[in-house]
Amino acid sequence: MTFYSKKVMNHFLNPRNVGYIKNADGIGEVGNPICGDMMTFYIKVSNNRIIDVKFQTFGCGAAIAVSSMVSEMVLGKTLEEVQCLTNDDVAQALDGLPSNKIHCSNLGADALHKAIENYKSKHQNDNILKK
Amino acid sequence: MNSIYFDNQASSKLEDRVLDVMLPFFVNYYGIPQSIHSLGSITQNAMNIARKQVAALINAEPEEIIFTSCGTESNNLAIKGGVEALQANGNHIITSSVEHISILKPLEKLAKRGFMVTFLHVDKYGYVDCLELQHAINKNTILISIQYVNPEIGTIQDIKKIVSTVKSYANIIFHTDAVSACGQVNIDVKDLNVDMLTIASSVIHGPKGVAALYIKKGLNIIPQIEGGIQELSKRSGTENIPAIVGFGKACEIAKREYKQNIKIVSTLRNKIFHEITNKIDHVYLNGPITKFRLSCNLNVSIEFIEGESLLLLLDSIGIMVSSGSACASNNLKGSYVLQAIGLNKVLRQGTIIFNLSKFNTLEEVEYTVTEVTKFVIKLRQISSLYLNFIKTGQRIY
Repeated sequence: MTFYSKKVMNHFLNPRNVGYIKNADGIGEVGNPICGDMMTFYIKVSNNRIIDVKFQTFGCGAAIAVSSMVSEMVLGKTLEEVQCLTNDDVAQALDGLPSNKIHCSNLGADALHKAIENYKSKHQNDNILKK
Repeated sequence: MNSIYFDNQASSKLEDRVLDVMLPFFVNYYGIPQSIHSLGSITQNAMNIARKQVAALINAEPEEIIFTSCGTESNNLAIKGGVEALQANGNHIITSSVEHISILKPLEKLAKRGFMVTFLHVDKYGYVDCLELQHAINKNTILISIQYVNPEIGTIQDIKKIVSTVKSYANIIFHTDAVSACGQVNIDVKDLNVDMLTIASSVIHGPKGVAALYIKKGLNIIPQIEGGIQELSKRSGTENIPAIVGFGKACEIAKREYKQNIKIVSTLRNKIFHEITNKIDHVYLNGPITKFRLSCNLNVSIEFIEGESLLLLLDSIGIMVSSGSACASNNLKGSYVLQAIGLNKVLRQGTIIFNLSKFNTLEEVEYTVTEVTKFVIKLRQISSLYLNFIKTGQRIY
């Protein structure tokens, strides 16, 4: 297939960080199977940094490559750094995506943002309980 | 292992026996039939032979064959040329919702010009309903076009029965797009009693760039390409002689070897289906399971995975298939055929299509089944849909 970049094919054929985290600190889910792509990200957070990340994705080659790429990009980053990351950044890191895949498959950063929101709301609740 | 090709309804391998007869017409016999000199008459003879060979494949007369550049052109000529010839009689056209895009697009354009177009529904196996067709016909109906065989889900329509339903109405032209039937179904235009029929070279191991439209003797349609006298003035333009000669040879071979080819592809196709359904759970056949299915075609939905990703994994090891998944289509809308048969959206995403040819082997099929099984396991290990189903026994769609 020529329409995907070498980087996309590399991540698609050998996806990194596939799986899930038991007792994850945050979970983020985007997309839905009816549209075609669905991504679920699990994160572990320590000292405001993502120390572990895993994903499960139902979708096309681009969706799987995006999931893998974004998981590598956020590992070890602070939550603020990840919140600044955009879907475009992920597409750029993959040396671009076909234009028709930009909107539906390029949801990796959104998924991570959701996982962080989920982590923060849990964290807040925990703090309230502790008080 | 070399590459393994299962996309033979998109295009098929050019057969050596066909290439051999074509080559002299690139190199030595570069004349055109209209010339009176020797090179002209050589090409004229070659075209006459090719026209007979093509006519013989569908039991037509040679003068009923119009050569065109592709199936799309033949379909355009049939629809636009037919409608323009008959527009004084009415403005209503009937077709089905699973036609090739080269039927649907011209009809869309005609609809914008004020023609009324009825799109017949199909049932879950892809068959049109003769009763619905009969009800759709009115006094303004001038043309009906219904596909003979669907290349995606393999449905073979009962064209003879459909034609007999409409033939009691005078003045209605019946066209069928028989591209996917070529070499796979015994096409007999006299028995079918159709007015026009499209066939193409590239699906029967002939060259690309050539196809034909059968036009029943006595039927006049309006040419869409004008400016010359070729093809009885019904399709002007310098003839693609090497391709036409190759198409003729491909038709001759397809007619002679039709029965043994069907046997090869159906045996291999059945093996893929049985092995895949034995080895992988939650696999569903799309299209009919009867003998009225294209012998070379298999379309299955593999639940919890997406077709493009399976297609790419197979391609990475040299196995070429197609998919009806939205993600594998350029417009991301996915297969309108799978939509028309009412298939669930998530199952549409997981479709994979095999269209075999006589060049496929048992060894290729066995290797493919092993690799498909392996890759489906890999994709399901990534798939949130599958893991959720395993954990809860529930589908989230």
